[in-house]
Amino acid sequence: MRVLLPLVVLLPVLGAALTLVLGSHPVAQRWVSVVVLSGVTATAAALLVSAASDGPQSVVLGAWPAGVGISLVVDRLSGLMLLTSSIVTLSVMLYSVGQGSTGDGERTPVSIYHPTFLTLSAGVSIAFLAGDLFNLYVGFEVLLVSSYVLLTLGGTAARVRAGMTYVVVSIVSSLLFLTGIGVVYAATGTVSMADLPGRLSGLPLAVAVGLQLVLLLAFGLKAAAFPLSGWLPDSYPTASAPVAAVFAGLLTKVGVYAIFRTQTVLFGGVSTPEVTTALVVVAVATMLVGILGAIAQNDLKRLLSFTLVSHIGYMLFGVALGSTAALGAAVFYAVHHILVQTALFLVVGLVERAAGTTSLRRLGGLGGAAPGIALLFLLPALNLAGIPPFSGFVGKLALLRAGADDGSTSAWVLIVAGVITSLLTLYAISRAWAATFWSGRATRQDPEVSPEAAAAHAHRVPPAMVAAAAGVVVVVTSLTLVAGPLLALADGAAADTLDVPGYTSTVGGLDIATADGGAENGSAENGAKTP
Amino acid sequence: MSPTIVLTVAIGGLVATGVYLLTSRHLTRVVLGVLVAGNGVNLLLIAAAGPAGRAPILDPDGEITLDTASTSSDPLPQALVLTAIVITFAVTAFLLAMAYRTSRIEGTKGDDVVRDTSPQGRSRGEAAPPGEAAEPGTAAAVGSPQEKAF
Repeated sequence: MRVLLPLVVLLPVLGAALTLVLGSHPVAQRWVSVVVLSGVTATAAALLVSAASDGPQSVVLGAWPAGVGISLVVDRLSGLMLLTSSIVTLSVMLYSVGQGSTGDGERTPVSIYHPTFLTLSAGVSIAFLAGDLFNLYVGFEVLLVSSYVLLTLGGTAARVRAGMTYVVVSIVSSLLFLTGIGVVYAATGTVSMADLPGRLSGLPLAVAVGLQLVLLLAFGLKAAAFPLSGWLPDSYPTASAPVAAVFAGLLTKVGVYAIFRTQTVLFGGVSTPEVTTALVVVAVATMLVGILGAIAQNDLKRLLSFTLVSHIGYMLFGVALGSTAALGAAVFYAVHHILVQTALFLVVGLVERAAGTTSLRRLGGLGGAAPGIALLFLLPALNLAGIPPFSGFVGKLALLRAGADDGSTSAWVLIVAGVITSLLTLYAISRAWAATFWSGRATRQDPEVSPEAAAAHAHRVPPAMVAAAAGVVVVVTSLTLVAGPLLALADGAAADTLDVPGYTSTVGGLDIATADGGAENGSAENGAKTP
Repeated sequence: MSPTIVLTVAIGGLVATGVYLLTSRHLTRVVLGVLVAGNGVNLLLIAAAGPAGRAPILDPDGEITLDTASTSSDPLPQALVLTAIVITFAVTAFLLAMAYRTSRIEGTKGDDVVRDTSPQGRSRGEAAPPGEAAEPGTAAAVGSPQEKAF
């Protein structure tokens, strides 16, 4: 199965090249994108299955010895995140294909969209599979530069202004990350995640904690943890619906993934109570400040952006506690959150298409005109708030249980903050739902738009867009059905990240053999094992 | 590893200058700040490579060695810094394109100050489309070569 590892990066990169060449053939571009992303999804599923059955696997590109070449590693955490992200990119691509095929898209499709989107997908794959810090940085840069282009697509005044904030903040976070890599290398002489755990735990404590904080600061900025989250609600709402959906689903979660790795693999051996306390404070502040911001919003997209920030806090909750159960719950929550935020942003795109606005002051009565959209919004919205049968509830419950097991004061603070945030999310989201779908349009600022006209308007939403959005909603709702196995898998993923010797021996040890000609034998063996 | 004082001071100076420039509201200064701070960080990667002056990989006898501790310069940070320089270059080019685009849109105002994003309540989603149509230069630029460059 190791031969499949580079495919999740190679396929989108080749696809990007092909779609770039096919710039003047929009139909061919769409086919290439959809086929490539389907291939990535299938490959990611195969990788997850093989990581779950045979343990972590790695491959060193170009058959260099381990430690010299660039290594890609997949364990259950990487595999799970990879599969989730590829489902999201595929669905969003289908959605944007549906949006573009009608001809009256919100903006004329730009030929650069498909190549950039595929490059973004490649960057996400690199980041999830990176076996060394610098490759993680490269993955981040690939996905960030793609996101700069996607966010400012069309170059309108609002997008360029919002994009400028986003780009400068992202560059600052990348510079911090690069600084972190520089000082980590100066202190340890390696950037490989296989060698770092041992060498970092050998450093003086003050130096190790300093390195940890530089990296956490850089990743916290990317993940939009509270004091560093101001950029997110200002930039995401200006992007087009599919772009906002894929950003909301993936970009911050790549930062969260990097925090997982930093806290477990890299600095699992040097954890200090001060850093843990800082993480608890950040998690609580992210949850509460984010959701209070969401309550104050009068625009659906901004409201969702604030809930996005707020729920990053739940993942930090799990990271701060650090036990296998807590990390497993955080991984589960990350998977749930990627899908649910993507679904919500896609449905808001449908609302915008149907009603022409996302402002809660001007929306209203859409439930009568477009009951299907109302249902599509309601399901992931209740899921986000954590209403019992849905996966959001399962994730929150797992986190709270891990917190109760921990039993310390900070764990109880986290539990209280988590419950309050959940309730406030329910308030924010039901207020948004009522304002969008229930209240009559007559009381709104747009009295000349009759319900009949609104209904006629709603029919203009292309069925392919609705189908793609419905697909994500179905996936996120069906997480409930597989919650048990998925939670077990997430716990396994957490166990994988905490099993530092296992991880390092996969990255370092396994490939010493491939250096002296074992590459063909190794892949042949694996091929025979899993025909 | 003991870096030279010259490199250390240069890194500190560049990063401090860059951060100072980044706090400005003028786009030109922000772009310069990114460049200067980026170069400072790139220099940090070189400083992490240890003492300068020896060839990487080859030891004094001309033998290929990966023993970076004693006989040869460390080649890895040089590879890293090359990648980082290329990335800084590309990102700066993009920033310049955005700054240019901003000046095209804001055109007549004659400065490059980043304005406050719209306060909440006046959501951008509803306010932007009519506003954009009225902006000078926007309509003309859609579909123009500059547009494709994005």
